[in-house]
Amino acid sequence: MTVGDTLIAPQASVNPAISIRNVTQRFAPAGGADGVLALDNVSLDIAPGEFVCLLGPSGCGKSTLLNIVGGLFKPSSGEVTVAGRRVDGAPHPDEIAFVFQESTLFPWYTIIENFRIALKFQGAPKSERDDRAMEALQAVGMAGFARHYPSQLSIGMRQRVNLARGICVRTNILLMVEPFAALDEQSRMVLGEDLSILLAKTGKTIVFVTHSLAEAVFLSDRIVVMTARPGRIKTIVNVNEPHPRAPDFMLEPRFGEMRNDLFALLRDEIRQAMALQRDPLKVRA
Amino acid sequence: MSAGFAQRAIQLAFLILAGGAWYALTQARVVSPLFLPPPQAVYATLTRLLATPQFWSAVQVTLTTIAKAYGIAIVSGVFVGYLITRSRFWTDVLEPVIAGLFTIPITLFFPLFILFFGIGPASKVAYGATYGFFPIALNTIAGLAHADERYLRAARSMGASGFDTFRHVLLPGALPVLLTGLRVGFFICFASVLGGEALSSIAGVGRNIALSAELMESARMYAWIAFVICTAVTLNFLMTFIENRAASYEAAER
Repeated sequence: MTVGDTLIAPQASVNPAISIRNVTQRFAPAGGADGVLALDNVSLDIAPGEFVCLLGPSGCGKSTLLNIVGGLFKPSSGEVTVAGRRVDGAPHPDEIAFVFQESTLFPWYTIIENFRIALKFQGAPKSERDDRAMEALQAVGMAGFARHYPSQLSIGMRQRVNLARGICVRTNILLMVEPFAALDEQSRMVLGEDLSILLAKTGKTIVFVTHSLAEAVFLSDRIVVMTARPGRIKTIVNVNEPHPRAPDFMLEPRFGEMRNDLFALLRDEIRQAMALQRDPLKVRA
Repeated sequence: MSAGFAQRAIQLAFLILAGGAWYALTQARVVSPLFLPPPQAVYATLTRLLATPQFWSAVQVTLTTIAKAYGIAIVSGVFVGYLITRSRFWTDVLEPVIAGLFTIPITLFFPLFILFFGIGPASKVAYGATYGFFPIALNTIAGLAHADERYLRAARSMGASGFDTFRHVLLPGALPVLLTGLRVGFFICFASVLGGEALSSIAGVGRNIALSAELMESARMYAWIAFVICTAVTLNFLMTFIENRAASYEAAER
């Protein structure tokens, strides 16, 4: 398959790491109406070690989908299976870790304490916690800041540490909700590059929510383009480029082409999403 | 640092000014020594008082009463605050009720406390605990109910149990507000117990102050009051220090 080809149907694989089947999410309304349909019959298989980006306009339900995969929400209907186990509104911390948009490091603990707590919550043996924490911090080049409080670090450093915390729990799956959104463009590019290197090493399965087209193309194996509310899969774009990816990839003509193609795909959806914001009741049939 | 020093210097200057005014007024005989004895007389009475066993037994009675009242206020205030914040609904229902009750001068019900618990320390324990309960419960509610949703979600995604979440997320997040409640609660307890003793009791510091006033022994009364002020100031320093230490992560943010 050549670069930039699109696939309409979800790719089926033999043993998917994550299997999303007919997931629909309807948020309960305030006044007894039908409520808001956030996700409409979404099905997707994600292979082990795959890096998948969810891309779509604001409010298309991509974060909701990620929360459902991670067991933070229970879907209205449909099901999600992770490593053969059904996720049903309960987190599976041994299998799935989250890296959230804003740094969710607890401000009352130092960096190393934050890692210990994450490992304790997960149930990792006490004797291993410090070693695993330091290893993850070293991987993102932040080992020297173990005894600092999060507030003493810059936003970029905090996000690096936040990423390391997601890695130290050693789950097979990492779910990332716009982890670099708070950063400036240069920092997010550098961090994205580091992430690509890091993940090529660990072989994790990653689902990544982003608004950035460049980030999506640079990091993903597959880009799932979603429609405006109700969120459906519009199309899936494959990016055939091995990990780890070098910054040179961004300079190649096909990188720019892919980004432009994605924008063309998204433009109508973004307009639709904006119209929905102005008039929330106007939902496309 | 230098700004802090200037602030301290001004505060100290006020203190010296107040002491000087006290001395000058009494030296000039503007006020009768019956109402305001000179500072040196109060100091002499205080040193004499400090040497008597009666003084320390009164202090012991009062401190024990405060400790009991405060202990009850902490346990009940934090526990009730915790229970209420388990549910958004009950927080919205009960928080305004508790805040409203706190505006009622509980002093008006002091005779009832004497009626139920007698004239001994038990009535002061109950009175102080009741008064101290409110700020502690209200601040516990404020701290726990406004926990940051992001941290709670992160903890949940990491597999934290209910107790883990309370111990490592809810409690540390609420601690700065909670500790302010504990400090305010302490001084309300302190004031209520002393006030209660002055109003109606058989022993304690408050009782001795009231008695000195009744017997027109103003130097003795001021000596007792000076002792109470020194104790309150020392305790305030101590509690503010603990409060700042416990919330040091916030200080680092500034």
